[in-house]
Amino acid sequence: MGIVEAILLSVITAATPLVIAALGELVTERSGVLNLGVEGMMVMGAVSAFAATQITGSPYLGILAGIACGAVFSQLFAFLTLTLVANQVATGLALTLLGLGASGMLGESFLGIQGIKLQPIAIPVLADIPVIGPLLFRQDIIFYLSIALVAGVHWFLFKSRAGLKLRAVGDSHASAHALGVNVIRTRYLAVMFGGACAGLAGAQLSLVYTPQWVENMSAGRGWIALALVVFSSWRPWRLIAGGYLFGAVSISQLHAQAFGLGIPSQLLSSLPYLATIIVLILISHNRRTTLINTPASLGKPFVPDR
Amino acid sequence: MPVEGATANSPLLTVSNLTKLFGSFAACNDINLQIDQGEIHALLGENGAGKSTLVKMLFGVLAPTAGEIVWQGRSVRIASPAAARKLGIGMVFQHFSLFEALTVAENIALSMDGNISLAKVAEEASRLSHAYGLPLDPKAHVADLSVGERQRIEIVRALLQNPRLIILDEPTSVLTPQEADRLFETLNKLKAEGRSVLYISHRLEEVQRICDRATVLRHGKVTGACDPKAETPASLARMMVGSDVAAVTAEGTSTKGDVQLEARHLSVSARTPFAVSLKNICLKVRAGEVLAIAGVAGNGQGELFDALSGEYPVADDAAVQIRQKPVGNRNINARRLMGAGFVPEERHGHAAVSAMPLSDNLLLARSRSDAKAFLGGGFLKIIRRDAVATATKRISEAMDVRKSGEDPPAGSLSGGNLQKFIVGRELDRQPAVLIVNQPTWGVDAGAASRIRQALVDLAKAGSAVLVISQDLDEIFEVATEIAVISEGRLSDPYPARELSREKIGLLMGGMYGKTEGTGAVHAH
Repeated sequence: MGIVEAILLSVITAATPLVIAALGELVTERSGVLNLGVEGMMVMGAVSAFAATQITGSPYLGILAGIACGAVFSQLFAFLTLTLVANQVATGLALTLLGLGASGMLGESFLGIQGIKLQPIAIPVLADIPVIGPLLFRQDIIFYLSIALVAGVHWFLFKSRAGLKLRAVGDSHASAHALGVNVIRTRYLAVMFGGACAGLAGAQLSLVYTPQWVENMSAGRGWIALALVVFSSWRPWRLIAGGYLFGAVSISQLHAQAFGLGIPSQLLSSLPYLATIIVLILISHNRRTTLINTPASLGKPFVPDR
Repeated sequence: MPVEGATANSPLLTVSNLTKLFGSFAACNDINLQIDQGEIHALLGENGAGKSTLVKMLFGVLAPTAGEIVWQGRSVRIASPAAARKLGIGMVFQHFSLFEALTVAENIALSMDGNISLAKVAEEASRLSHAYGLPLDPKAHVADLSVGERQRIEIVRALLQNPRLIILDEPTSVLTPQEADRLFETLNKLKAEGRSVLYISHRLEEVQRICDRATVLRHGKVTGACDPKAETPASLARMMVGSDVAAVTAEGTSTKGDVQLEARHLSVSARTPFAVSLKNICLKVRAGEVLAIAGVAGNGQGELFDALSGEYPVADDAAVQIRQKPVGNRNINARRLMGAGFVPEERHGHAAVSAMPLSDNLLLARSRSDAKAFLGGGFLKIIRRDAVATATKRISEAMDVRKSGEDPPAGSLSGGNLQKFIVGRELDRQPAVLIVNQPTWGVDAGAASRIRQALVDLAKAGSAVLVISQDLDEIFEVATEIAVISEGRLSDPYPARELSREKIGLLMGGMYGKTEGTGAVHAH
């Protein structure tokens, strides 16, 4: 494998968790809920996936544990913001802090243990195509899932009746309620999907990206995922472009260091965040697209007047 | 498409002793109402009379506190809008429950049960819209449609359920007279098929024209049930308001002074995809004049107000002139300092901060323009509470603002009383120029007449007044000159005496004395 292929492979590995976590948050935000707890749900997914893999010996059970943990953890946020109508921003931040702390505690006994890496699955025939074969068709299941999920979410949001209802809830929850859509239940499910995706993204970190448990191993990726949702203007396919761009930026810092370029490592490791800021400026500059795609009731609490 | 199983004699819907309490406040108190098959039944009442609360209970949006609803002889509990639709009750809301980011077909599909494909929904919707004379393009995005077209979506959406009873909440408040005529034709078609219509309105003329019976509400109680055709507008108004409403007197303003407010070829491009761009607007308001700008909602009224008030200054400094000085680049405070006053459209969140007391709301608007009166201590700008309190009291008395306590939060006042305070806040400065957007929107008749009289009196005292309004009754009461705004263009002004409602209606549809059709054209 040549150096270019190695770099591209590492970009894909870095981008996959971003795409998955952002996809979950995209669905959550399309329903009108802003969950800033992605980072916390992600790191909880990472620790539970690692722990379950260690205990059972199967990384696939680890993946399931990561998904389940993210989904359950997100329901804490859902209960606080949807049932008790707590402020979404504050609750989301609290969820992140809680996730970072709780995962550190739960993962203490797993520190420094060599993990079990999720093995790639070669797809017959396709895997033998030069260059793109090893890149795209000799990957682990989480990569395949990430692409399938983007396609699935696109279909769900824009082709299915349930997705139409979810978009309606995000556009105007009062109107959706008046039409008999169960706003709160829709949002619970959307938040749960967001949590499950964040958990899956976390599992990718501790089973594929660096197969071990390190405290705070999500390292700000949850925040990048949040920015990605805006970057994509709430459209699933654009997440892939954005996710791979951000993945490439974060990888370039590693390689720049390896090549001994005289750039301070602090500047390089801040590149993804700088890129996020620049992208946000570019996006919000074009008001038209943002306005038409932005879920109009994003972040607004809903209380049915009964 | 006549409805089946319509038995002529039994009532379709009977409401007995229906009550809805919000805390200790009875929004609806012991309401009785009966709707027969194939009748257009009017529900009359002022804002806050309990009409909306009543229909929300009939449509399953609100749960009644007490009382009974009998539908086709059977006592029912309507738990949700879906349950109401299942029974055969359809509803067209006053504030449309449409989703702007979605297409017409998607909006309609949302209100239908089951998994019918979008293509089929679109097909059925076009068929119905043609049958009832309500043309619609299923693929259009709602954000791009006019208010009249949006209402058509609501009606078609209700009709797709094949309802026995259709509830319409203030349907004509957003329509041109011609669009309203078209709606009445549709309603008569529905009636001929044996369907019933519950028609909510406070417009007496309409109710007399199309309704077979009327139930009148006031303060949450039924104050009358009658045949509107047998009543006079005055007798209906008395049932609605409880007393005779003072008529606004506008005559006796013949002396006209200098031009105080002027727009010269004012053009502003749309700030958002849903906004309207202003196109070459020219207007002049002289001292002693009230220029009223009529128009259907969403034709650039808000944008015009923003440009004239300086909420959004414009690029061309000379395009807006106050007291013959260019102010296009100046902000709202600079314009206030030059003797102008402004009353924006939305009371809550724009003209007033709901959670703050009246005195703070007064100070927020006038802290710059009346800094000498309200702020002391030189550069420290310490608030002079006593002066603010005195002014608050003065305004409340001058405008007869009824409130609980000395200085309650703005949000605790009723719409009419808060609006009186907001208008009074500007009048208190005796502005040379006053610009008001929708001065009496959603305000009860008593407060509306008080506010209109105040506007007329201000002009008589020598100020220039610009009123932007959708309410033609209001416009004819206060205006000396009338112009009409349509799709961001302003017609020439006409003296109020010379203009008929019909002519205004044509101008609202964008017809400036031309013969081309009014059918709205949309590019996709």
